[in-house]
Amino acid sequence: MHRVINNFLYSKKYAPYIFVLPFLISFSLFFVYPIISTIIMSFQRVFIGSITFIGLDNYKRLINESFFNAIRTNILYTVLTILYLIPVPIVIAVALNSKLLIGRNAFRAVLFLPSLISIIVSGVAFRLLFGTGEFGFVNSLLQKLGSRPVNWLLEYWPGMFIMVSLACWRWSGVNIVYFLSGLQNIPKELYESADIDGANSLDKFFYITLPLLKPIIIYVLTISIYGGFAMFGESYVYWNENMPGDIGLTIVRYIYQEAIQRNDLGYGSSIGIVLLAIVFGINILQLKFFGIFRREQG
Amino acid sequence: MNKNIKKGLLLLLFIVLGIIAIFPIYYLLISSFRPSDKMFRSGIVLFVKLEEITLRNYRYLFSESGKIYFYWYRNSILITAIFTTGALFLTSFVGYGLAVYNFKGRNLILTAVLFIMMIPLEILMLPLYKLLIALKLMNTYQGVVLPFIVSPIGIFFFRQYATGIQKDYIDAGRIDGCTEYGIFFKIIAPLMKPAYSAMAILLSMRSWNDFIWPLIVLRTNKMFTIPIGLAGLLTPYGNNYDLLLSGAILAIIPVIIVFIFNQKYFVSGITIGGIKG
Repeated sequence: MHRVINNFLYSKKYAPYIFVLPFLISFSLFFVYPIISTIIMSFQRVFIGSITFIGLDNYKRLINESFFNAIRTNILYTVLTILYLIPVPIVIAVALNSKLLIGRNAFRAVLFLPSLISIIVSGVAFRLLFGTGEFGFVNSLLQKLGSRPVNWLLEYWPGMFIMVSLACWRWSGVNIVYFLSGLQNIPKELYESADIDGANSLDKFFYITLPLLKPIIIYVLTISIYGGFAMFGESYVYWNENMPGDIGLTIVRYIYQEAIQRNDLGYGSSIGIVLLAIVFGINILQLKFFGIFRREQG
Repeated sequence: MNKNIKKGLLLLLFIVLGIIAIFPIYYLLISSFRPSDKMFRSGIVLFVKLEEITLRNYRYLFSESGKIYFYWYRNSILITAIFTTGALFLTSFVGYGLAVYNFKGRNLILTAVLFIMMIPLEILMLPLYKLLIALKLMNTYQGVVLPFIVSPIGIFFFRQYATGIQKDYIDAGRIDGCTEYGIFFKIIAPLMKPAYSAMAILLSMRSWNDFIWPLIVLRTNKMFTIPIGLAGLLTPYGNNYDLLLSGAILAIIPVIIVFIFNQKYFVSGITIGGIKG
């Protein structure tokens, strides 16, 4: 018996499988099984103790205004956050990388700080700043500038604005760090030879920096799209109970509302499958457009 | 343009950016020291007046209804600690296995690891929720921690790191008569210390701030983590601001302390392993 155990412990044949065993267990139990189970549930009416197969009924129910509103909000939110969270952090990273800046490490740390704060805590801060009524901080500023106070939580575009600004505030620092690491991989000689050719700073930015940052830009774009379509916290922290007219209703929020709060797991699953399809679709499109870079990176 | 003017302008720009980054946290901090009746009627407030400072919001933590916060704090600390320790152990184990052995199915497993990183986990939350009910793990720490403890980011990160370790160490271990697992625990794991530090920070931050999954799993007030508890205090009809403000500030403090002392690990963790932010 002792020898058997010893043989096993020293065996190079079994060892690799023992090493990857935790992943195999977790992968099958917490990934493969849930994916299959959610596909099946999306064709069922699921209540505790009773499960009925109902074909495409859940999917038919998806054709409704709330779900369309949720998809529209996700698309707008994703586009708006990306419009800020790619160009602005690139410019900041380039400036942060400049030797002319005093205290670079300190500034990098300060700009990174917001990403460490949980969505709820930063949301509380934003709710204070964007307090409705005349005396909220931002509203007071607006009045000073001659504009009227805004009902941030009661109207669609102001609601969108406070979600997007919360996300931009929290995520800039992370993207700056990504772009900084990309900048540090660009060989200095490229800039030196550009100097010899008489290029100015703008030329260098558009002809050297941007093209060489492209793999990182694509990577950041990918995670931003995922983040945008899976958004939940930014909505929950502003409207955790009722929201007027679907302001802030997103796809994941809709899943949470229908499946967890109203217990309709079947319908919730069909929403999840649509989300999966959207994310897959975008992924395939991206692969088509940027396929070369994926190969370069992978 | 004169170099000094350039320097000055750049510095000015970053001071403005720095203020934008810090201001919401700063505003939260000064609000937490102000009387709550003043909070929403004050317009533009940049400083808290000395004679106005009150510790009411912090004293509330020790009142009958405020002390629930310490349960939330304890839960957050325990869940973060259990998750981080478990994930570091398991993912370094798996990552090492994928890095040093050449075996049938290895590439398939690597593909699976990358594939999980590409799927928004929110899609899995319903079947996982059903699974937890079946396993009777709702409202438990295990329920929060187990489904995500074998983190693909961790595996990916440790695999990258272990690939860079020289094979000589492993061969030397075999000659000395170590088992395959002994080599990992006695020789390789100590060599991976920097990787452990970077991942520890990334994973613990994520767990500390995690929101949607604990929101689904944790059902009773005494089991809540800080974000879930604080979120419950937000209501459309006048929030319970005493606990909300002091609680929010106390939730930030450990994060900032960890950050100040471990900055370099934050950056390496983010850039190498921070897929899916």
